[in-house]
Parts: sequence; C-alpha cells; structure tokens
Amino acid sequence: MLAVDGVISDMGAIMRGVHDRGGLPDDTPINREEHEMMDWELRVDAMHAVLGNKGLRSTDQMRRVIESIPKDQYEQMTYYERWAFALETLVTENELLSAEEIDQKMSDIVGN
Amino acid sequence: MERFKVGDTVKVRIDSPSGHYRTPIYIQGMTGVIESVCGRFKNPEKLAYGHDGYPLETLYTVEFIQRDLWPDYTGNIADKLLIDIYEHWLNTINEG
Repeated sequence: MLAVDGVISDMGAIMRGVHDRGGLPDDTPINREEHEMMDWELRVDAMHAVLGNKGLRSTDQMRRVIESIPKDQYEQMTYYERWAFALETLVTENELLSAEEIDQKMSDIVGN
Repeated sequence: MERFKVGDTVKVRIDSPSGHYRTPIYIQGMTGVIESVCGRFKNPEKLAYGHDGYPLETLYTVEFIQRDLWPDYTGNIADKLLIDIYEHWLNTINEG
C-alpha cells in the first residue's frame, strides 16, 4: 500500500513532515545557480561549526528542530534562517544562553 | 544479532512519530528486499534529543522497484531505488 499524506491507514493517520518532499508533484525546476553567501550566513555557518566541535549540537538535533518548524514559517524561511532558528533553540535548550540574553544582545546590536 | 538477512523481503512501517526520523513517506508501506546489512549505529531518533543514541540500531540498505514507488515512472522496468532504513522501521511481510 502506498502511504499517502493525510490518509488514514490501518496504522493511523500519516503526517508528512514539512521537510519530507520526496514524490511531491512540482513542475518548478531546481535552481542550480551558485550564489555568494551573505555575511550573516557565513556567521551562522561558523557558529554551527563551533557548537558542533564543542559537542554542543549535532546534526540530528538540528534536523529535529528544523523539521518541527510549523509549515507556514518553514516555507517562508531561507536555509540559513532555519539554521539560525535551530541554533538558538538548541543553545537555549542546553541552557548555554537564555532567550533573554539572546534578545538583549540582538537589541544591543540593532541599537548600535 | 540482526533480525533480517540479505535477500529477505520486508515491508516498511507506516508511521509519523514526533521528532526526527529518517524514513521518508514515499517509502512507507512499500515492500522491498534487503540488499545489504550496513552495521549497527546510534539511533538518530534518540540523538536528535541529545541522548547517547543507545541501544544501537541495525541499518540496512533496502532495494525497491522504482515502478512500485512511482505509478507514472517511465524508466526501465528493472530500475531500483536503494535506501538505508533502520531495523525498527522494517517488518516482515506477514506482519503487514
């Protein structure tokens, strides 16, 4: 039996994860053009690497957080916005930083 | 000890547990054949929550006929898709 999104099977309702795109109909060709990474994207990438090297986040943890982003937000976010969201979630889960500390730092930066 | 051996026919579990899992919906419920036993690995569903990933789970490469997966597949009838699936996502045919 083919598993179809939302169809109730004998094993329960099947819920397609927002990231689980295999087999979805789409006539839009994949954009294969390279593009320059923006400065903030490079910083997110660097934070991702540092936290990984220090054992403070793993790929599976990143995936779990990104795959839990509500569909409407997920579709609006760019690749590195999802990474930034996941890193913030994980460092607050780990209690490395609090949401208040991150918000305070963000407003300091914006204020300058 | 792994539950399946090369050549066994298996059916992929249909499920969408909360959290992270590595069995895409297009393969769920489909019947395939064990192509190889990859070994035992930490469970990504547990690693996803910062746990140690134990007990280890056996990972298999399972082969499926492309035309079984995609109703409008126009490639060669012998074309196969190989995908790595963890043991707890696989059932025997009799288990449904």
